[in-house]
Amino acid sequence: MAEVRVSYTPTEETTLLRNTAREFLSNRLPMATVREMMMTPDGFDRAVWEEMAELGWVGLAIPEEHGGAGYGTTELSVIFEEMGRMVTPGPFFATVGLAVPVILGLADEAQKSGLLPGIAAGEIIATVAAFEGSRDWGLENVETTATRDGDGWVLEGVKPHVLDGHLADLILVVARTDQGLAVFPVGAGADGLTVEQVDVLDPTRRQATVTLEGVRAAAPLGSGPAGDALPRALGVASALLACEQAGGAQRCLEMSTEYAKTRHQFGRPIGSFQAVKHRCAQMLVKVEHARSVAYHAVRVTEDPAEFAIAAPLAASVASESYVWAAGENIQIHGGIGFTWEHDAHLYLKRAKSSSLLLGDPRYHRRTLGDALGL
Amino acid sequence: MTDRDLDRVEGLISQLLEEHPPAETPETEFWGAQYDLGLAWVWHPEGEGGLGLPRRYQTVINRRLTEAGASIDNRARNVLGIGMGAGVLAAHGTPEQKQRWLRPMFTTEEIWCQMFSEPGAGSDVAGLATMAVKDGDEWVVNGQKVWTTLAHLAKWGMLVARTDPGVPKHQGLTYFVVDMESSGVEVRPLYQITGEAEFNEVFFNDARIPDANRIDAVGAGWRVALTTLMNERVAIGGNTVPRGSGRIAEAIDAWKRYGGGDPALRDELVRLWSEVEAARLTAIRADEMADAGIPGPEGSTGKLAWADNNKAVMSFTLELMGLDGTLFPGGYELIRPTEFENRPPQHGFLRTRANSIEGGTSEVMLNILAERVLGLPGDPRVDKDLPWKEVPRG
Repeated sequence: MAEVRVSYTPTEETTLLRNTAREFLSNRLPMATVREMMMTPDGFDRAVWEEMAELGWVGLAIPEEHGGAGYGTTELSVIFEEMGRMVTPGPFFATVGLAVPVILGLADEAQKSGLLPGIAAGEIIATVAAFEGSRDWGLENVETTATRDGDGWVLEGVKPHVLDGHLADLILVVARTDQGLAVFPVGAGADGLTVEQVDVLDPTRRQATVTLEGVRAAAPLGSGPAGDALPRALGVASALLACEQAGGAQRCLEMSTEYAKTRHQFGRPIGSFQAVKHRCAQMLVKVEHARSVAYHAVRVTEDPAEFAIAAPLAASVASESYVWAAGENIQIHGGIGFTWEHDAHLYLKRAKSSSLLLGDPRYHRRTLGDALGL
Repeated sequence: MTDRDLDRVEGLISQLLEEHPPAETPETEFWGAQYDLGLAWVWHPEGEGGLGLPRRYQTVINRRLTEAGASIDNRARNVLGIGMGAGVLAAHGTPEQKQRWLRPMFTTEEIWCQMFSEPGAGSDVAGLATMAVKDGDEWVVNGQKVWTTLAHLAKWGMLVARTDPGVPKHQGLTYFVVDMESSGVEVRPLYQITGEAEFNEVFFNDARIPDANRIDAVGAGWRVALTTLMNERVAIGGNTVPRGSGRIAEAIDAWKRYGGGDPALRDELVRLWSEVEAARLTAIRADEMADAGIPGPEGSTGKLAWADNNKAVMSFTLELMGLDGTLFPGGYELIRPTEFENRPPQHGFLRTRANSIEGGTSEVMLNILAERVLGLPGDPRVDKDLPWKEVPRG
């Protein structure tokens, strides 16, 4: 089977980004702030978004000619990994992880010039309204329709799981046309559009139900059907999400390890009991594996054959590792880990939710099996 | 600077291939010449089979030699010598010892084995009981070793023996190189669950070792043994192999023959493939980090993942085979195996059970990861400060 070699060694850029991200997130969005935010109606503070944009994070992987910094997914993935560590709330994944790859993968130059500079500048929060059926991650049964009307289109349908839809200024709607699925940019204030937040498992990453009743839209991205570009863009989103998951899993390992060193029972640190220390060591293995597949995927996005393998590999392995690590973290903490007061549940909720957002591990393995010809 | 080193290595490889065309040169002669040019263990100093360059150049060397049709089978044929013994000699041997042993080790003219484990000392190898007592310029050895690979073919054995039972266990050990052909050394096959004897038991009855064959100081045996064990774990789990190779290839073959498109089986196959690939990518990343001098935990997880994955993959392969998985083609025969490739999956299913035991059990590996990488506290050790002879055994 084909094999693509890439470098995993940190570069000057990735090291600088990591240090900046860790510092900003621990000062500006420490766990206490995350917990306050997750109890607010919006689950987010727009002022933070503007600061992230000023730091250049929002436009990091947007080309320079469209107002971004022109870096690739490798650099961007560092921010996701760091945000994963801190269960950072807000629409960073929806906008930067999901909407931007869709625009970059599908839009023509004029559309990119129209959509990306506002996003890069932090003025536009964007998201993608793709999934309908609860297990239809392959978008095979999308029922939202787009019908031609004069020189525009009319959208009809319901999208029940739009990430941060309540915050979005721009919603990229996946709809069925007579030529297949296409992606239509829709502004938040459009007539016939209703956005209603739903209660979610992971309060640090919100969802909304978006209803489209005769919503008028201009040409879809790329002025035609999305074709393979849409699953590829979702693959990029999966790879970035995998880095976020690896970061979260790593933090769970650190929490468990710290606790196992200090918590005493039977007159000794619980980390000296093999029943506990072996769980921690197993977490280490899974975290390293999650990191490896995630790092690999974000580095091969430009190689279609390798990426077809690397993206679902990263998604399934990182998802399972994180859910498992978040569960072990609670177990190692014992009773305190089950309290609202402790942070462990934030990671469990984020982990489980993330493992279902773009496909569950079995879905990704089906995709991977196809790519491997099995 | 790196390029100049690479040029030098490439130049020496070309010289080796020109002066000793692999097709016309007997293997031992070729390997001897390879050693003399410093292309055997490229990270060793010059004159000891190396050039004092980073380990990564060995990959270049092995690849070019393989491409030119030269054999690198010596590494497998003398795996304990070349893979581990050389590292011990490089780190702890005297100049005379290196001169005497490294070259014939590399050419496979002298095969090596390693004698640590005993019936009473498995995971707790430092508790071993084989005694070496000084007698003039010699040591007299009595005791028994077990799980000794290649002992029946070996000229030299790396031996850890107890030289002082009156001090705590780690302090009373000394490391020797023993002539396996000398009197008082008896090697017997040890038949394993496959019916085959890859390993041996070795019995010492007043065997004598010259003091010149002692490695490092009296009492330093544990430190030397650790060098060997770390090399062993790197040699077992740290290899970077092609994608889809190894045990998972057997599962894929079985899937193609037996799977019939069953979605549950396919999900499990792809799950295992993913585990194996994640471990493989981790090994590659670990290699790269090690080359770049960035310390990290990536390298330590390989042996554990390798063992778990091998067992799971071969167990699943038999499930894929259904009723055919209940057969054992060729039957059980109590023999010394000569063929290690192309064995049926049922053999692999049995053989892989040892993967989580040999070279450090998975439980010991987890302790090592937890204590050395994560910094968790060690288990309370009741035997730590006791003289070895007062520690209960059995």
